[in-house]
Amino acid sequence: MGGLVGLLVVVVLLVIVVGWLIGIYNGLVRLRNEVKNAWSQIDVQLKRRHDLIPNLIETVKGYMTHERGTLENITKARSMAMSATGVEARGQAEGLLSQALGQLRVAVEAYPDLKANQNFLSLQEELTSTENKVGFSRQSYNDQVMQLNNKIQMFPSNIVAGMFNFQQEKFFEIAAPEEREVPKVSFT
Amino acid sequence: MWEQIRANQRKSVVVVLAMALLLGALGFFIGMAFFTAPSHPVYAEYPGHGPRTPQMDFTGGFLGLTIAMAVWFFMTLISYFAGANILLAASGARQIQKEDHPQLFNVVEEMSIAAGLPKMPDVYVMDDMAVNAFATGRDPRHAAVTVTAGLLGKLNRDQLQGVIAHEVGHIYNRDILFMQMLGVMAGSIVIIADTFTRSLWYSGGRRRSGRSSSEGGGGQGQAIMMVIAVVLAILAPILAQIIFLVASRRREYLADAQAAVFTRYPEGLASALEVISRDPVELSSVNRVTAPMYITNPLKGMSVAGLFSTHPPTEERIHILRNMGGNATFAEYQRAAQSVGESGALPVAALVGDKTVPIRGAHPDAVAAQDVRQQTRQVGDMLRAANHFTFVTCSCGVRMKIPPNFTQSQVQCPRCHATLAVPSN
Repeated sequence: MGGLVGLLVVVVLLVIVVGWLIGIYNGLVRLRNEVKNAWSQIDVQLKRRHDLIPNLIETVKGYMTHERGTLENITKARSMAMSATGVEARGQAEGLLSQALGQLRVAVEAYPDLKANQNFLSLQEELTSTENKVGFSRQSYNDQVMQLNNKIQMFPSNIVAGMFNFQQEKFFEIAAPEEREVPKVSFT
Repeated sequence: MWEQIRANQRKSVVVVLAMALLLGALGFFIGMAFFTAPSHPVYAEYPGHGPRTPQMDFTGGFLGLTIAMAVWFFMTLISYFAGANILLAASGARQIQKEDHPQLFNVVEEMSIAAGLPKMPDVYVMDDMAVNAFATGRDPRHAAVTVTAGLLGKLNRDQLQGVIAHEVGHIYNRDILFMQMLGVMAGSIVIIADTFTRSLWYSGGRRRSGRSSSEGGGGQGQAIMMVIAVVLAILAPILAQIIFLVASRRREYLADAQAAVFTRYPEGLASALEVISRDPVELSSVNRVTAPMYITNPLKGMSVAGLFSTHPPTEERIHILRNMGGNATFAEYQRAAQSVGESGALPVAALVGDKTVPIRGAHPDAVAAQDVRQQTRQVGDMLRAANHFTFVTCSCGVRMKIPPNFTQSQVQCPRCHATLAVPSN
C-alpha cells in the first residue's frame, strides 16, 4: 500500500515536471518562430527599398547633372546591400545605403524643378515610408530577439535551451551615421 | 506590451460590472414599481399576484430585470456584428485604396507594423473639413481607421503619423470593442429610463383615477418602489454617462502614450493636437454617442472640462507629450504626466520592463514649409475621384471637376469659354 502511494507520488511529480519542460520548450520554439517571422518582415521592406532605387535614379538623373558622384554612391551601396549576407553585414551595408540616400535628400534641395516633379514626390514618399517600415520592423525584430535571448540565458529555461541547442540571435542594427553627424546645409 | 492590456482588461471588468449593476437595478425597480401597480393595465395580466402583498412579490422586479437584459442583449448583438459598419455609415466615411492617397496608406501601414497588428486596418476618409480621426472595429482583424479630409489637408507627415499611431493604439488595446459595449449599456439604460418616465407621464391620469376606486390598494411598499424607480430613472443615465466618460478619458492617455512609443516622436502627436484644437471648423455629422470615438472631442461647444468630457483637456495632453524627455517609453510618459499633475494616467502594469528608446528627429519633409492649400486641393480631388467625378483639363490650364450626375456631353471652360467634350464612363 505504502509502495503504491509512493509510486503514485513519483508518477504525478514526473508528469508535472515533464509538462513543465514541454511548456518551456514550446515557449522557446514559439519565440524562435516569431524571430524568424520578424526577420522576414525586415527582409520584405529592405527588398522594397532596393527595388525603389533604380526607379528613383532614373527620375532624378535628368535633373541632377552635377550630382553624378552621389548617384553612383547610391547605386554602389545598393548592390553591396543586396549581396550582403548575415545579420551584421547586412546591417552595415544598409547603413551605408541609408547614408547615401541621405546625401541625395540634401542635394535635392538645390533642384526646385525636381522637387516639383510629381513622379519624384511620389517616389520620395515611398522611400520615406519604406525606411520607416524598415525601422519599425527592426524594432519589433529586436524586441523578439531580446525575449528569445533572455529565455536562453535565464534559469530554468536555459537548461531546456541547452538540451535542444537553441541559439541566441543577433540584434539587427543599421549603422545610421546621419543620425549622429548632422549634415551641413548652408542657406547662402 | 501585453502587460498593460491585461491590466486594462481587469479594470474593464470592474467598469462593466458597475454598469451592469446599474442596468439591472434600474430594470428591477422599474419592474417592481410597474407590474405590481394596482391600477396599471398590465397588472390585469397577472391576476395571481395580489396587490395586498406587494412587498413579498418580486415577480415584477424579475420581469423588469429580464426585459432590461433583453434590451441590452439585442443591442449588444447588433453593435458587435454591425457596430463598426453603422458608425462608418453614420459618419459618411468612404473606404480608400493606396493609389487614392499613398501617404495616408503608408502611414497606416507603418503604424500597424510598429504595433505588430495581425492585419493592416482598412482606411476610410470622411468628406468633412474639420480636423479629426477615429478608429472602429471589434478586434485588430476587423479594424478601420477613419480620418477627415480636413485632417489630410492640414497636417504634415509627422503629425499624421502621430494621429494614426493614436488610433492604432486604440485598436491595439481593443478599446473600441470595450467602449462600444459600454456605450451600448449606457444607451440601454437611457432607453429604459426614458421609456419609464414617459409611460409614467402618460399613465399618470389613469393612475389617479384608479387610485380613487381602489383606495390605496398598492400599499406603502408600492409607493416606495415607485419612488426608488423614479429616482433611479433620473440618476442612472447620468451615472452611466459618468462611468462611460471616465473609462473613455483613461483610454485616451494610454493611446497617447502608445502613439509616442510607436512613432518614437511625441512631438508629432503633440503638434497635431495643437492644430486640431486651434482649428475652428466643427464636425458636421457627430452626436453625443459617436463623440468618444474621435481623437479629440469633436463637439467643440461642449468642451466643459471635468466629469462630463469624453477626452482629457487637449492642452494637458499636449503638455504631457511635450514634457517627455529624450525617451519614448511608457515610464517617461508617466513621469511627464506626473509633472503636470496627472498621476494615474497609465495603468501601473504598463510601466514594467521599459527600456531606453531614443526619440527620433523630425521628418525632413515635415520641417519644410508645407503648402496647406495645395495639400487640401489634392485631398479634394481624391474625394471627388472616389465619388466618381470626371476631370476635364482645358488647353488654357483650367481643370474642371464634373460631378457624376452631369448628363450633358459637353462643358464650357469658365476662363477661355472653349467647349470641351465630357468623356463618358
